[in-house]
Amino acid sequence: MKKVYDSASAALEGVLFDGMLIASGGFGLCGIPELLIAAIRDAGTKDLTVASNNAGVDGFGLGQLLETRQVRKMISSYVGENAEFMRQYLSGELELEFNPQGTLAERMRAGGAGIPGFYTKTGVGTIIADGKEHKDFNGETYILETGLVADLSIVKAWKADPSGNLVFRKTARNFNPPAATCGRICVAEVEEIVPLGALDPDAIHLPGIYVHRLIQGDHEKRIEQRTVRKREA
Amino acid sequence: MWDRNQMAARAAQELQDGWYVNLGIGIPTLVSNYIPEGVNVTLQSENGMLGMGPFPFEGEEDADLINAGKQTITELPQTSFFDSAQSFAMIRGGKIAMAILGAMEVAENGDLANWMIPGKLVKGMGGAMDLVAGVGRVVVVMDHTNKAGESKVLRACTLPLTGKGVVDRIITNLGVLDVVPGGLKIVELAEGVTEDAFRNATEATLVD
Repeated sequence: MKKVYDSASAALEGVLFDGMLIASGGFGLCGIPELLIAAIRDAGTKDLTVASNNAGVDGFGLGQLLETRQVRKMISSYVGENAEFMRQYLSGELELEFNPQGTLAERMRAGGAGIPGFYTKTGVGTIIADGKEHKDFNGETYILETGLVADLSIVKAWKADPSGNLVFRKTARNFNPPAATCGRICVAEVEEIVPLGALDPDAIHLPGIYVHRLIQGDHEKRIEQRTVRKREA
Repeated sequence: MWDRNQMAARAAQELQDGWYVNLGIGIPTLVSNYIPEGVNVTLQSENGMLGMGPFPFEGEEDADLINAGKQTITELPQTSFFDSAQSFAMIRGGKIAMAILGAMEVAENGDLANWMIPGKLVKGMGGAMDLVAGVGRVVVVMDHTNKAGESKVLRACTLPLTGKGVVDRIITNLGVLDVVPGGLKIVELAEGVTEDAFRNATEATLVD
């Protein structure tokens, strides 16, 4: 079966439907599947629930799907960079489920690993714990969090081979591997598809079993907080 | 009274050789400028990096290399990268010795609030809830009072909590406090701050 598609819209054909749950990789604007997000915007799929650490910024990344009101609910840990998000949330137009960052990552990892729930200390004694099962282990209290399984995962990697093996670059890896594993279907976009055998099997970050469809494309890779230091004179 | 840099320098005195440490956004980020001579610490960035280097020189920014505050940074010879699940496995698993982070409010029982103001400010907790629940020691660095002059060192937090009973030490512009049974204990006063002024700016119960 061929995994490589010609375009983001071709790679998403037949997998989008209204009301679906999408898991997305990325941290801030770093390592986001920008081409697939733009293709979902163009497809007009609506009432989406999107699990993603952040919600992009106004006009870029997931911010584009907020502007077009295609998102009904976000599952995120931090949304402070997006004014449109804040506006829609505070006016009640957008639902938001805050997950602590590590809990969100582990929910994706667990969902992809066939683990329906796990106990964590994170959030005990906070509003995150409200309504969740509490259980003591060795004298410490933990809460039950559930594994997350998405209808579709969209991720961004640096390189892939045609079998879907992925290699990420620096901190652009972030949520991409756990997000990729938790989708029933995973579509990946990469900067370069190299021939079979060109990737070192010992240096694959995510095995191709998790990746169903693949595209190569040009990425804008926008920098959110450009911070530099002065050279010593 | 300490300024931002002096608070960061004081917080850097908390670091011990060989530690893996997570620094939060704001004043805690400045702590890396004041790591004492002979103390070797590895900085973790929860977006998936151990061994965080300084900000890049102009023209050397890399969009794929950022810290948890989304700022461009650099790598070091010992740097490693990993995914977010792995990153929080090491945080939750107690491998990180200390987290230094900012706060909106701290209470005398070690409660910490730093992630939202209901109805007003909704940014999210990011990795803060995982960090305070998982790391060995939690040090808060913040101003002692808010812009209206009201104490941020309280008997009980009024804002939604980030963690319950998680704070070990508080470093403010006025001095240093430890969370101990029964309340907070003054460890140190900043230069030029009298104990009376410190007590007046503190709502929490102070114990000896």
